[in-house]
Amino acid sequence: MHRILNKDILAPDVVRFWIEGAHIARKRKPGQFVIVRTSENGERIPLTIADVDKPRGAISIIVQGVGKSTRQLNALNVGDEILDVAGPLGKATEIHPNATVCCIGGGIGTAVVYPIACGTKALHGQVVAIVGGRTKDLVILEKELRAVVDRVIVTTDDGSAGTKGLVTDALQALLDEGAVFDEVVAVGPLPMMKAVVALTKPLGIKTTVSLNPLMVDGTGMCGGCRVSVDGEQKFVCVDGPEFNGHLVDFDELGARLRAYREQEAESLRIYNERVACQAITN
Amino acid sequence: MAKKITQKTKNAMPLQDAVARAHNFEEVALGYPIDLAVLEAQRCIQCKNYPCVAGCPVEIDIPKFILQVAERDFEGAFKTLIDRNVLPAICGRVCPQEEQCEVKCTLGVKFEPVAIGRIERFVADYASLLKFTDDTPPAPPTGHKVAVVGSGPAGLTVAADLAKMGHGVTIFEALHKAGGVLVYGIPEFRLPKAIVAGEIEALKRIGVEIKTNHVIGQTFTVDELFTELGYEAVFIATGAGLPTFPKIPGINLIGVYSANEYLTRSNLMKAYLFPVSDTPTIRGRNVAVIGGGNTAMDAVRTALRLGAENAYLVYRRTRQEMPARREEVEHAEEEGVKIMMLAAPTAILADERSRVRAMRCIRMELGEPDSSGRRSPVPQQGSEFDIDVDTVVFAIGQGANPLIRNTTPDLPMNKWGNILADDATGATQKPGVFAGGDIVTGGATVISAMGAGRKAARAIDRYLTNPSADGYSPTDV
Repeated sequence: MHRILNKDILAPDVVRFWIEGAHIARKRKPGQFVIVRTSENGERIPLTIADVDKPRGAISIIVQGVGKSTRQLNALNVGDEILDVAGPLGKATEIHPNATVCCIGGGIGTAVVYPIACGTKALHGQVVAIVGGRTKDLVILEKELRAVVDRVIVTTDDGSAGTKGLVTDALQALLDEGAVFDEVVAVGPLPMMKAVVALTKPLGIKTTVSLNPLMVDGTGMCGGCRVSVDGEQKFVCVDGPEFNGHLVDFDELGARLRAYREQEAESLRIYNERVACQAITN
Repeated sequence: MAKKITQKTKNAMPLQDAVARAHNFEEVALGYPIDLAVLEAQRCIQCKNYPCVAGCPVEIDIPKFILQVAERDFEGAFKTLIDRNVLPAICGRVCPQEEQCEVKCTLGVKFEPVAIGRIERFVADYASLLKFTDDTPPAPPTGHKVAVVGSGPAGLTVAADLAKMGHGVTIFEALHKAGGVLVYGIPEFRLPKAIVAGEIEALKRIGVEIKTNHVIGQTFTVDELFTELGYEAVFIATGAGLPTFPKIPGINLIGVYSANEYLTRSNLMKAYLFPVSDTPTIRGRNVAVIGGGNTAMDAVRTALRLGAENAYLVYRRTRQEMPARREEVEHAEEEGVKIMMLAAPTAILADERSRVRAMRCIRMELGEPDSSGRRSPVPQQGSEFDIDVDTVVFAIGQGANPLIRNTTPDLPMNKWGNILADDATGATQKPGVFAGGDIVTGGATVISAMGAGRKAARAIDRYLTNPSADGYSPTDV
């Protein structure tokens, strides 16, 4: 069991938890994830480890409440116990010392980009972060990034914060200004990662993406998270989660993410009804 | 003390009705009632050579426990069993007795052998019902500490044996529940999970510590088990945890699964109870399972229970070459599984939503025997045909999981990633590290993994008191 030490709301339906997990914190490197389960009949949910606090023996995860399992997790409070937390899983980010990196986070993807940005700074790199969201409330970790990286650019689709436009517009503007990057790291919704790759591929800029396919065990055993990278089959849980974005088949991944859309909707509907009932009886 | 043979055939075990059971996840085989178990045990002629024992990888004193059942000393029979086999209720269900103990039975030379497996299962279930326990006191604590990686049959056996010898044992399990393939792979209808949980509780009672959610190779490396956690020996029994898929078009469509994923969703995650459980699975109407082993049988019978109207087993050879237990094949057919022999998929075809619409197959003929001694299938040009399916499950074998390999560079493995371990002791070339089960042999059986655990426990015990007692002997592999 892993007790929740802190909880704060970063955006509507986006929660940051600090949870006990000394044995995970001591080993974790940027880019790695955990699998979390909150109840006996619960799903195994893969979540990036956003940060660690080794002295406190704690790890932080940032959760967007999308379906039943993530909403159930987000309903937990400080002092509650999380039933299962396994990790760290996946390979660590390959961070090159002194590299100049553009870290692009879209929505909840910023939670994945943040530790990579921190890891790059720790190895004396230069980091420009572009964080985007549909609207002001959905831009997360801006303050945390400002404390760590060299420059932060915020974009929103509606212009309610930062510059109006997409993260790719901001990247294009940087490149137009003459910025040179050893690497671009892009994590966010699939269309965003696809757009970043479409921009960087013709320019030959190395681009790393972190993928979040459906996963069951997270240890290579089931193959449910398989993706095509350069025509080869890879398991995101053990071969990733980060890959060369220029080689990933995003369309196939997008289709596979929709495999259980109907069941997920049904599960969420039942959950919401139950929560509503409880609210009335309380 | 040979005696007159009164009954030439085995007493049949009562089964759940085939039509009913094809739609539920309750256990298929119901087990012998007391009188039938006694009657079956009385068929044993107590021959003086007892060849059955040599067929048992964990060396159960078979004639003794059978005689005890024949004499209605069920508690005695349980103690005889548990002395050699820590998981009798599991082995009584899933061991291939027909090719191990029973195949050697003297009675079997002329008639059907004694149904040793069914009697074993009866004893274990009866013991569990009456709460018989293993009351042999464990040896006094030795102060030695051993780490076991993986809680499947090999890991559980080594842990039990070492704990009985007085050593401190911790099992590290990657998943949230202990049992390995016994909980994620073998379905409820063949091995109820309450049975597995009961046997694991028995291990905890004799002092075995189980840490779930610990992924060795990630949470701790093998070296860290020694240097940071202070274990003196490590036994690696991580199983055959990496599914393989054929290189054909359409393998990543929605509705294509490895048997591991299909079974894990249903067994470990209880997807058959969705939405009571949170993990979904695709309840295919027309399901094809590719393969001919026990895993394929488990998958295709799961498909029926998830509501398939047509559940096909597609196998590239013929029934004679199928590695599955004959009993499993028979049960599957009784339940309505359609077996398509001499066929193999060449492509999986998609609908407009990237979901499986059909599977293209090619007919095979059997050619010359291959390295496995089985006649190898040869595709017949121009014989392609399509079958309408919406779900395809591949049960065509396992690779070796990379997590330990990636973080233990000084642990020698073969070209497939299986750990090289001495056949007789499980010793690897890395001092203090032993290995057994599917990670060494590739996909095999529960009981052979237990046999490897048994041998390794003895070797680890010797190693703890004298680290240079045995070594890895390359001639054995």
